[in-house]
Amino acid sequence: MSNILTRTADNVMDWVNARAPNLMPTYRKHMTEYYAPKNFNVWYYFGSLALLVLVNQIVTGIFLTMHYKPSAAEAFDSVEYIMRDVDWGWLIRYMHSTGASLFFIVVYLHMFRGLMYGSYKKPRELVWLLGMVIYLVLMAEAFMGYVLPWGQMSFWGAKVIISLFGAIPVIGTDLTQWIMGDYIPSDATLNRFFALHVIALPIVLLLLVVLHLGALHEVGSNNPDGVEIKKGPKGNRWSPSAPTDSIPFHPYYTLKDLVGVGFFLMFAAFVIFFIPNFGGLFLEHDNFTVANPLVTPAHIKPVWYFTPYYAMLRVVPSFFGIKLWGVLVMFGAIVMLFLVPWLDRSPVKSFRYRGKLSWFMLLLFALCFVWLAKIGGGPGTDPKEAIVGRILTGLYFVFFLTMPIWTKIDKTKPVPERVTTHD
Amino acid sequence: MANDDVHGPDNPGRRRFLTATTAVVGAVGVGFAAVPFIKSWNPSARAKVAGGPVTVDISALAEGQQLSGLAWRGSPVYVARRSRAMLATLSEMDSRVADPKSQNTDQQPRYAQNEHRSIKPEILVLIGVCTHLGCAPEFKPEVKPEPFDPDWKGGYFCPCHKSKYDLAGRVLIAQPAPANLAVPPYHFEGDNTIVIGVDPSSSNSAGAA
Repeated sequence: MSNILTRTADNVMDWVNARAPNLMPTYRKHMTEYYAPKNFNVWYYFGSLALLVLVNQIVTGIFLTMHYKPSAAEAFDSVEYIMRDVDWGWLIRYMHSTGASLFFIVVYLHMFRGLMYGSYKKPRELVWLLGMVIYLVLMAEAFMGYVLPWGQMSFWGAKVIISLFGAIPVIGTDLTQWIMGDYIPSDATLNRFFALHVIALPIVLLLLVVLHLGALHEVGSNNPDGVEIKKGPKGNRWSPSAPTDSIPFHPYYTLKDLVGVGFFLMFAAFVIFFIPNFGGLFLEHDNFTVANPLVTPAHIKPVWYFTPYYAMLRVVPSFFGIKLWGVLVMFGAIVMLFLVPWLDRSPVKSFRYRGKLSWFMLLLFALCFVWLAKIGGGPGTDPKEAIVGRILTGLYFVFFLTMPIWTKIDKTKPVPERVTTHD
Repeated sequence: MANDDVHGPDNPGRRRFLTATTAVVGAVGVGFAAVPFIKSWNPSARAKVAGGPVTVDISALAEGQQLSGLAWRGSPVYVARRSRAMLATLSEMDSRVADPKSQNTDQQPRYAQNEHRSIKPEILVLIGVCTHLGCAPEFKPEVKPEPFDPDWKGGYFCPCHKSKYDLAGRVLIAQPAPANLAVPPYHFEGDNTIVIGVDPSSSNSAGAA
């Protein structure tokens, strides 16, 4: 009996392979014969976790569209309908809303890993750039998704963010009306944001993820030591030509990642079941009131993952009657991240082999980011806080703009020939 | 074959020319085809009609009070009746506001480019949209120390990014907001009726419909 089953399965495989001869080689190239450095640590969980969250967002998102109504008159009620009347609707919606915040937690840790181990350095600049474009598209996707429940914060958040484009001289006003399809965020705006959120941007996101992984697998993964395993000795028990200090991605890293998935899902389940609003951080309190264009909430703030940039926008005053400066600083902060591969002049990749100065700068940068996030999420009434915010914004840019200097002058330690955990 | 002339290695310039012109014509075609899709994002005919003029009765509006809940083109509109004392604060504020003479002509029609930024001195009509990022500033008419300004002379305060305006909607110096609150086109029909969205001199609406 098992003989028949095996034979049938083999025959089916042969039939497919005869007609799609590139299928198995592609699978091997990216899974069983993708040789990754053997010394990955916990920081290397976040790439695969980002992929897991992306799948979660797509699956839960598809089911949410089956009940959600993308119109200003019905959107808010349809979300409450999902929460109260649709069987298990509350779970699907909380999985989606919590997933959005978890996506950014995972992506920020993934990006910090890249900074810490110099994963953006030659020859992985393209991997970093594609990752940064993913980050940008993800921000647009998250922003438009947050508008869909059409609560107060959806409306006013949309109004504030869209009016950023109004700061552009000459074309600003027409551009904002073009984006909104009206004079204020309205039914037209909600409807087109829905289209972009569920169709256009997810397609772009998926394509970029494929390119990001394709670019990575072309050059090979970096590792905590920043050692190029392809330049080390060749040959291991799986392949005579693979780097000695490497292991096949499947089954070794797929299994390792499953452990990470287990811990991650425990955390995710805890949030989804016990604190889905996360104290107003993941779902803001004001968004449980239906959008009202005539009443501004006392305290407009974006969701936590945008607050560092929002803080910059807020603390930069307008000079010479032009309000563009805050917007420029905010977008400049993201442009800086794109430039990192060319700002870093250090001869070594990983911070493991860099000096105290580099560590000081990296941790200072992380501190600025977190503190700005706190300021951006706060009420912003304290004038002292505006001063602190300006200093932190300045230091944020100092980290990047002086990077060619401090990476050059900082003492480095000798980098080992091979990864430190080789046998 | 007829194509031998084109493909022949002896005539690469002709081939390059044909490729380039085909690509250019194709790109122009794509550009024209994109126009309807881009234009489909403009405010629709229905949205434009909904942005028509709004009539307001101010007979019940008392001194120092502001009508709330008004909207024109979906944006909040403020209509306030200022007392003589409130109007007197405006000249005091000249040194503290960024544009005391309302020289930024985008922010008001010509008939409101005066010291009180209005047609009738006491009646102030403003679009309640902060010129920073579009929040609705709050009416704080009383002269008293406020948490956001110990030397407050009355005016508008934006809760989002803390921009301050005086009682004529003029923005104070060094605020996030770059310009004075906008005055919409409006005119009076009789003493107590204001039509928002239509200039006084013409009977046509100012670009609304």
